[in-house]
Amino acid sequence: MALAQADVLAGLKEIVEEVAGIPAATVEMDKNFTDDLDVDSLSMVEVVVAAEERFGVKIPDDSVTDLVTVGDAVNFIVNASK
Amino acid sequence: MTRRRVVVTGLGATTPLGGDVTSTWAGLLAGTSGVRSLTEDWAQTIPVTFAARVAVEPSEQMERVELRRLDRSEQFGLIASREAWKDAGSPEVDKERLGVVVASGIGGVTTLLEQYDILNSKGSRLVSPHTVPMLMPNGPAANIGLELQAQAGVHTPVSACASGAEAIGYAFDMIRNNRADIVVSGGVEAACHALPMAAFAAMKALSTRNDEPARASRPYDLNRDGFVLGEGGGILVLEEYEHAKARGAKIYCEIAGQGLSSDGYHIAAPDPSGAGVQRAVKFALRDAELTTADIVHLNAHATSTPAGDVAEANALRAALGKDADHVAVSATKSMTGHLLGGAGAIESVFIVKTLQDRMAPPTINIENLDPAVTVDVVRDKPRALPAGDIAALNDSFGFGGHNVVLVFKSI
Repeated sequence: MALAQADVLAGLKEIVEEVAGIPAATVEMDKNFTDDLDVDSLSMVEVVVAAEERFGVKIPDDSVTDLVTVGDAVNFIVNASK
Repeated sequence: MTRRRVVVTGLGATTPLGGDVTSTWAGLLAGTSGVRSLTEDWAQTIPVTFAARVAVEPSEQMERVELRRLDRSEQFGLIASREAWKDAGSPEVDKERLGVVVASGIGGVTTLLEQYDILNSKGSRLVSPHTVPMLMPNGPAANIGLELQAQAGVHTPVSACASGAEAIGYAFDMIRNNRADIVVSGGVEAACHALPMAAFAAMKALSTRNDEPARASRPYDLNRDGFVLGEGGGILVLEEYEHAKARGAKIYCEIAGQGLSSDGYHIAAPDPSGAGVQRAVKFALRDAELTTADIVHLNAHATSTPAGDVAEANALRAALGKDADHVAVSATKSMTGHLLGGAGAIESVFIVKTLQDRMAPPTINIENLDPAVTVDVVRDKPRALPAGDIAALNDSFGFGGHNVVLVFKSI
């Protein structure tokens, strides 16, 4: 069953806060991981691995470069869960 | 051409005696032991069940997110460098004239071992992407350099237990040779883990006085049976003298010279003739343009091993001759344990405080002084040093036969 977008966003907020110390409230759909949230490439790897564990999906390495905004990641995870 | 002079303008430390220089120094003068039984389960699986852990956990001094990206050795480095930089007055300096030289003997060994455990138990996907920056021995120096945006050069000399002293010597040369005006220097170590401890124990290098941890580190005592592993770090801000004067900096003392040599004798054992140590002392005094008559204090390497302490003492007696009679020798590892690559750095911090307060810290746990020790050891209580111009030595030696002697003098 597909995950709900709101649940994925809520989970991702927690992961980004845990990994990168970014307050969950600032992690919104339109935020750019690099430019807005200062999540560097090493921390992005951690976010991806944590998201895979949490949501039970696979995020292939060649898809990670397409996850520019939080919304990209949320939508990818929702689609992957279908 | 007159030589550029190098002074100390800032100090920082986190040690088994305290989370900063003030508390560490107070503990040292009071003769406090920082050695305790380990509480981790793994400690019961190895022959040595105690160590000198830092008095204040990094988690009390740093933010959580920062902690998880830094190896413990890097945490110690940043904690001590922040204190030292603040102590120096957070100087305005051209970043191209700012350097960092911070050493570690083993680097991020606990990160390496923990990530190896994750690899084996959970697979490669869960190995942290921060592993390499955390385990590299230059990690502490690199993180400090990044924080201060140092651009004159960031370096990490590695020479086992001489690393911290060698780093300070390297920093001293950077300023003297006009590569930099300020260099943040020192050493750190964080190796309290089952594997390094089992490995040192396998060499019979560690004390096994498990029932009396606080009495285990006993340099110069007849019944010493090995060193006690310590952790932490020490940082000194070195600065070119005129640069420091121009900005009205607090100047603790001068670093006047350094002497380096190598034994060419054995991979781990000290050369019983002490020839290499004597050469390092001679080179250091010549570099500092001082004589043995000027030296009133020495913070010894003295790790509490049966062979090392006497070999060092004999070498010092030979190098200093009759002038050894007026050199107050302190073996502070009796209180801090042995910080390996951090040892020469915290002991340099101690020498700076000793010159400032004119008070040599004690050596504790000497119940019966080994009669083979022919230097004047400061025992049990601190000893006042004379007024006037005085100078002190810090000697550090490392497995591999590395010898480093630094000369500090009052200003």
